[in-house]
Amino acid sequence: MITREDVEHVALLARLELSEEEKQVYTEQLGKILEYASVLNELDTEDVPPLAHVLPLQNIFRADEVKAHLDPETVLKHAPDREGKHFRVPRLV
Amino acid sequence: MKGYEAVIGLEIHVELKTASKIFCSSSAHFGAEPNANICPVCLGLPGVLPVLNKRVVEYGIRAALALNCEVARFSKFDRKNYYYPDLPKNYQISQYDLPLAQHGYLEIDTGNGRKRIGITRVHMEEDAGKLVHQGTVTTTPYSLVDYNRTGVPLLEIVSEPDMRSPEEARAYAEKLRSIIQFTGISDCKMEEGSLRVDANVSVRPAGSQGFGVKTEIKNVNSFRALARALAYEIERQISVLEEGGRIVQETRTWDEGKGVTLSLRSKEEAHDYRYFPEPDLPPLVISREWVEEIRRTLPELPDARRERYMKEYGLPAYDAGVLTTTREIGDYFESCVRLYPRPKTVSNWVMGELARLLNATNTEITASPVKPEQLATLLKLIDDGTISGKIAKTVFEEMFNTGKDPQAVVEEQGLVQITDAAALKAVVEKVIAANPKVVADFKQGKDKALGFLVGQVMKETRGKANPQLVNRLLKESIANSDN
Repeated sequence: MITREDVEHVALLARLELSEEEKQVYTEQLGKILEYASVLNELDTEDVPPLAHVLPLQNIFRADEVKAHLDPETVLKHAPDREGKHFRVPRLV
Repeated sequence: MKGYEAVIGLEIHVELKTASKIFCSSSAHFGAEPNANICPVCLGLPGVLPVLNKRVVEYGIRAALALNCEVARFSKFDRKNYYYPDLPKNYQISQYDLPLAQHGYLEIDTGNGRKRIGITRVHMEEDAGKLVHQGTVTTTPYSLVDYNRTGVPLLEIVSEPDMRSPEEARAYAEKLRSIIQFTGISDCKMEEGSLRVDANVSVRPAGSQGFGVKTEIKNVNSFRALARALAYEIERQISVLEEGGRIVQETRTWDEGKGVTLSLRSKEEAHDYRYFPEPDLPPLVISREWVEEIRRTLPELPDARRERYMKEYGLPAYDAGVLTTTREIGDYFESCVRLYPRPKTVSNWVMGELARLLNATNTEITASPVKPEQLATLLKLIDDGTISGKIAKTVFEEMFNTGKDPQAVVEEQGLVQITDAAALKAVVEKVIAANPKVVADFKQGKDKALGFLVGQVMKETRGKANPQLVNRLLKESIANSDN
């Protein structure tokens, strides 16, 4: 099922820092969730095409038209950090 | 690269020239103030719903048809998860297993004739925002983000690993740009980032069938840089193998200044995009009627136009190829030929003087100060003997610099060709008198000596003399002096 390495890998991808205890807890919890869902594996899906979408909809389009933008000042005001008209973020690598 | 063979595939992204973004109504235009073209959808705020821009699908199908692809009957979007601040949602809406189109190709010219390069797939996705670093990405203290580009529609066009040299890769990229540019769906400007090229390259012993370990090269900002980066990387991989080393699968960045590729990620960071179907966007069912309707809007493409130029105008393959690099160059050429129906002469001027001055001044052909009508008029002035072919270049340059009509330049600068034998006679006599040695050489059968004398007369008349007339007058005068 879920190993401790899986949890560490997923945490890394999500940029989450987990304590040793948390890794233990999440390994168990994620394992239980997958185990619960695994009941679905018992179904024979041989002749069932993969489902692309749950709603019976297709070809939902909008026209290529420009509408109102947000006021940049309002958006930047809510950012944790900014510099002039830019968002400011920590170094990436 | 003795004993080795390179295997190259390219991933090319083109930004589509739509008014609005792919999944929201924010403007997709380049060059606005930072973070001016943003809305809750492209910022990835909670609870928003992306809705697909119909024109993106139309443009995508147009590109797919121009690249000889099969357009899917059923297509869908997927989420590609990755954590990077240029995409505020932490995922990019892209297409994974059911792309818009597959199985296409285009043809390039190589030293050994035409070669078909396969196109694996064409898919739609959203662009990411623009990051601004102080210095390089690894040394900057922090980065700035502009989300204007986030959500601008992109097509990703993936080739088969069919190219065997940097030159073939460059020819493919240039041909693809021509085709896409002809369809009118993108500006395809590498310098503005509306066309971006990533290259996958590996090497293997010549003649073998398997693939070596590949590296991916990013950050090539011109077609020339693409060829240089590939040439460097191929040599680097061969050296590593020759020294008994192993190629590491990694992403490398091209350093234009140093002329080297550098490893972008020090340790192997396994990509784990965890693609899954995008639940916010219903799938596409693309009818054949729609595809055919779009096919009818396709303009004449570069290869067809090139063929026509060879057939209809009798141009050499080289000329026809150069003139169909962009739609605008071809349009200019054709406008001029309609007024001055000697295609090869027009071709020489468009590829020669015009291209030279456009390049030197970094001007687009559509903004050329010399219009096709003016070039045609200039060429007629040469034919009717008003000016010499040599002077025409001077006139053309003046036209280019001032935008004036050729007649105006010729009159203002007194460049009308001297075709009056009486007016030239004195100069001819003077040149003969001043060059007795050359005249003697000519009399002894050195035909080249006459060329020198013609040159002297042209110099004396500042290029205005009619060369055929000068030729005749010189011969006559020299013959007469014998009697």
